[in-house]
Amino acid sequence: MGQTLSEQILSHAAQRPVHAGELVVVAPDVAMGHDSLTPSIVTIMQDELGVPRVHDPEQIVLVIDHVAPAATVGTANSQNITRRFARDQGIRLFDVGRGICHQVLVEEKVARPGYIVLGSDSHSTGYGSVGAFGSGMGSTDIALVWATGRTWLRVPETIRIQASGRFKPWVEAKDLALKICRELTIGGANYAALEYHGLEWLAVNERQTVASMAVEVGAKVGMFPPSGEVAEQFSIPDWLYVDPQAHYIQTLAVDVDQLELQVAIPSSVDHVVDLPEVAGTPVTTVFLGTCTNGRYEDMRIAADVLKDKKIAETVRMIVTPASSQELKRALADDTISILVEAGATLTAPGCGMCMGRHQGTLGDDDVCLSTGNRNFKGRMGSPSSLIYLASPAVAAATAITGKITDPRQIS
Amino acid sequence: MSRVWKFGSDCDTDQIVPGRYAPYMRPNDDVGDAAFIEVRPEFAKTAKPGDIIVAGQNFGCGSSREYAVTALKRRQIGAIVALSYARIFFRNSINLGIPLFESPEIVDSLQDGDEVTLDIPNHCLIAGDKVYQLPPLPKFAQEIVEVGGIVPYVKEHGRFPGEK
Repeated sequence: MGQTLSEQILSHAAQRPVHAGELVVVAPDVAMGHDSLTPSIVTIMQDELGVPRVHDPEQIVLVIDHVAPAATVGTANSQNITRRFARDQGIRLFDVGRGICHQVLVEEKVARPGYIVLGSDSHSTGYGSVGAFGSGMGSTDIALVWATGRTWLRVPETIRIQASGRFKPWVEAKDLALKICRELTIGGANYAALEYHGLEWLAVNERQTVASMAVEVGAKVGMFPPSGEVAEQFSIPDWLYVDPQAHYIQTLAVDVDQLELQVAIPSSVDHVVDLPEVAGTPVTTVFLGTCTNGRYEDMRIAADVLKDKKIAETVRMIVTPASSQELKRALADDTISILVEAGATLTAPGCGMCMGRHQGTLGDDDVCLSTGNRNFKGRMGSPSSLIYLASPAVAAATAITGKITDPRQIS
Repeated sequence: MSRVWKFGSDCDTDQIVPGRYAPYMRPNDDVGDAAFIEVRPEFAKTAKPGDIIVAGQNFGCGSSREYAVTALKRRQIGAIVALSYARIFFRNSINLGIPLFESPEIVDSLQDGDEVTLDIPNHCLIAGDKVYQLPPLPKFAQEIVEVGGIVPYVKEHGRFPGEK
């Protein structure tokens, strides 16, 4: 019987062939923690489970990104607990300013094709960009991996996304990600794996954009076959390949040639419309960042739109690079200087304002056009604030006019 | 008696506990006080131990934050009955020992504010003179919930359910 990418990866880890629906106990290659949750994970491991030392420090990576740098005495103290724990246990730690966990683990090649990469954050589906089985789990599940080296997983069924064609000018990976949310809906892929086909030509950064949002339709993982740029950058295990006999529970066809600019409207990621339906909506804040769209390529598209322009007086534009590496790339040419010259505000690499905790929290009357991945009520601040999700090109055009704007309207 | 707190579909974990109220951000507060704090402020103030949540599809979608479940545990929620659950929330609830059930009949029939009797050992819920069956979870999930969560399970058995 043929196997999907998820079945191949879990079979390899279980050391026997497994298929969708089975429960397996496996040793993940990586179990990531970040600043927001590591102290509580440590408490569960040491105090509740009674296990003082991690099973395998090499299996663990810690990243300080959620409130980086610390915004309060409490978060600063928590981060010091995380640093002490990393030092005591011999665990690799990426500290303030290095960037968002999901970006860092791809850059550092901690996430690799065929690996099982679990994270204490739901956007761990982003590791599917490099062909890793990347999935988010809660603190107790992560604590159990740290303590025992293992976890239980249900082998998921797979929904095949079959794309054809190429992006029109100004249409990009974010529009594809939003279109998938629109078609599958918020719970449409619950418990399933997504596999993205017909997209061998997508660069790694574009795959990260798409795979980061697999969780927004309820998926466990968002797998890209290890093709194209991924095959150039990594060595691919010979047991990981697209099997023509693999079984998919559903196939969603997406005609990329016809794809238009998409906007998710308040307050659900699957409430997606074509941009003209919301064009002209006034905003107060534009956010360019997150694990979905905080990379050099995203900042560059924004800079191309903002060159020799100024952002509207009624708007604050916050730019939060996904990592120090992406910031360096944007400093090496005129990307950052164009953004700053236009009036954008640059913050430290990290999650930034995505979760409404710091670096641009929204107030009661704020309306934000965000390149992030979630727009639930109250996600970024006040429960009466409104969040629209769109691409970096739309974000930049919107910052200039102060209203949701098609980048093609900017000369 | 347990009061029914009824919610709609796609109730996300940002609603259950907004990120600003995470223990990381408010280390000196009881996260249970933040349960539904912005969407239904009366919940955290007036929910009694044993009350139940009844919800539509995809309950607990969005962020993997386990403290959304912890908040409900702190309020001593007796059970959740929904049409369906988001997968990370489902895992987190089982892991923390909150009984979860899927029952279109119960979700359809019960209204917010109803007073019911939850009888988990006998797999039923009684509302007035009607007795509803509580369909059992998959065996591995039941085993975990019965002992109070995955930590008690692993401590007792030294392994995961189904593992040799």
